[in-house]
Amino acid sequence: MAAAGGRAALSLSWEFGAVSQSGSQSGELKQTPLHALHQELGARMVPFAGYQMPVQYRDGIIKEHRHTRNAAGLFDVSHMGQVRLSGGGRGGGGAAAALERLVPVDVIGLAEGRQRYALFTNDHGGILDDLMVTNAGDHLFLVVNGACKAQDLAHLRQHLSADCTIEPLPEQALLALQGPQAAAVLARLTPGLAELVFMTAARVEIAGADCFVSRSGYTGEDGFEISVPAARAEALARRLLAEPEVAPIGLGARDSLRLEAGLCLYGHDMDAETTPVEASLTWALSKARRRDGARPGGYLGAEAVMDQLAHGVARRRVGIRPEGRAPLREGVELIDEDGRALGRITSGGFGPTTGAPVAMGYIETAWAQPGTKLGASLRGKVHPVEVAKLPFVPQRYYRG
Amino acid sequence: MSARRYTEDHEWVLLEGGTVSVGISDHAQEQLGDVVYVELPEEGVTFAEGDQAATVESVKAASEIYAPVAGEVVEVNGALSDDPSLVNSDPFGNGWFFKIKIADADAVAKLMDENAYKEYVESLQ
Repeated sequence: MAAAGGRAALSLSWEFGAVSQSGSQSGELKQTPLHALHQELGARMVPFAGYQMPVQYRDGIIKEHRHTRNAAGLFDVSHMGQVRLSGGGRGGGGAAAALERLVPVDVIGLAEGRQRYALFTNDHGGILDDLMVTNAGDHLFLVVNGACKAQDLAHLRQHLSADCTIEPLPEQALLALQGPQAAAVLARLTPGLAELVFMTAARVEIAGADCFVSRSGYTGEDGFEISVPAARAEALARRLLAEPEVAPIGLGARDSLRLEAGLCLYGHDMDAETTPVEASLTWALSKARRRDGARPGGYLGAEAVMDQLAHGVARRRVGIRPEGRAPLREGVELIDEDGRALGRITSGGFGPTTGAPVAMGYIETAWAQPGTKLGASLRGKVHPVEVAKLPFVPQRYYRG
Repeated sequence: MSARRYTEDHEWVLLEGGTVSVGISDHAQEQLGDVVYVELPEEGVTFAEGDQAATVESVKAASEIYAPVAGEVVEVNGALSDDPSLVNSDPFGNGWFFKIKIADADAVAKLMDENAYKEYVESLQ
């Protein structure tokens, strides 16, 4: 057998490629502060965003995925970019005004301790990255995608260096603890953490480590993201793994979890050629920044975005539910009954919780209603699919 | 030593009379990870050696399976459509893929035996 795309000895045909378990095949790849721990746990490492990352541990992706939805999964997401914006006025307020020039989101009105999903746009309204922004009191705390962090930093510096201080935080690791038991686990270590609600954050001590914790994540489950100094990360991870509900989870399950949750993966479900309106992310476009808001526009690409909000778009991101059992993956073309191309799948695979294939893609707007029947063209066969509402699995965020 | 033979693509082949059963090795299923779907050939289809015969999908990606020997598909393992995880849990038994009525018994003898395959897998690590 061979990886799709050529006749070769079996390789892990992951999208990202494979790194041998015993060591690095590429001297260029970085390691996270948990690298030794991953190896001890028997992780299969792959290159991702310039790092060696665990794609799975010994139990495999399906078990790791289900464990996260049933108990508590611990993820190393230290490859992501963490950035502090400060200054430019009282209490980081200047930084908020500055950042508003780069995102279609209300940052000035984001209260202390609150977190918001945001998008960097370019001057055509295309999405440069998606990120989380938190008001940490005297600064804004940003988390951006690992694969984009160099470009995002350059983007911030290009536009905002005259208006605020931009500090990347390479000495911080990032862990995620996700699942219905995550809060019980963390509350055992730091009782106050159970009180945080979804999309709020606090600086707390966990097992002796100084952490900045938000109640958010990328799985659709209740959970937390924990920014911790790199020097304390392994000890904290071991402490969490010592709790009976917690298991280590790799990037493979991270992807299947977010896909079932209907969450976008930058570079796949959105890119610089996709606007927030096309990506069905209008909910992220704050009222305050819309045409009739308190601070309309004023960000890169605002005219294009507001025009689309007013007049609509030609294509939209939707959920795609295959009717059969074959997974339908990124790149598969969506067609009508005459074989005319209507769009394509941008993320797809098997959903361990749904027990079936799930996917997301872009489709001509006229075909975007849930329940619409389409075909998907794969290996010379037409597979019936239907447009589905997202998420595939109910969101279980803790709102208090 | 078992009569099983192996290809460099990690398929196993077991000759019984004029028919071979085909599956993938334990090494292959372990490398693939959790199998979620298997696409099998139709009964009656004839393959040349090396023709693409089946597809096995893990959570992350699809991998092709090639006919290890030439012949006609006489049976496929229907159990895999209800439970693709058999490929992981029982790759040499209930996780078999299909059976080929072969034209040439020598084609099987040319493949690696158990020891040669073990060495081959080691050479890949």
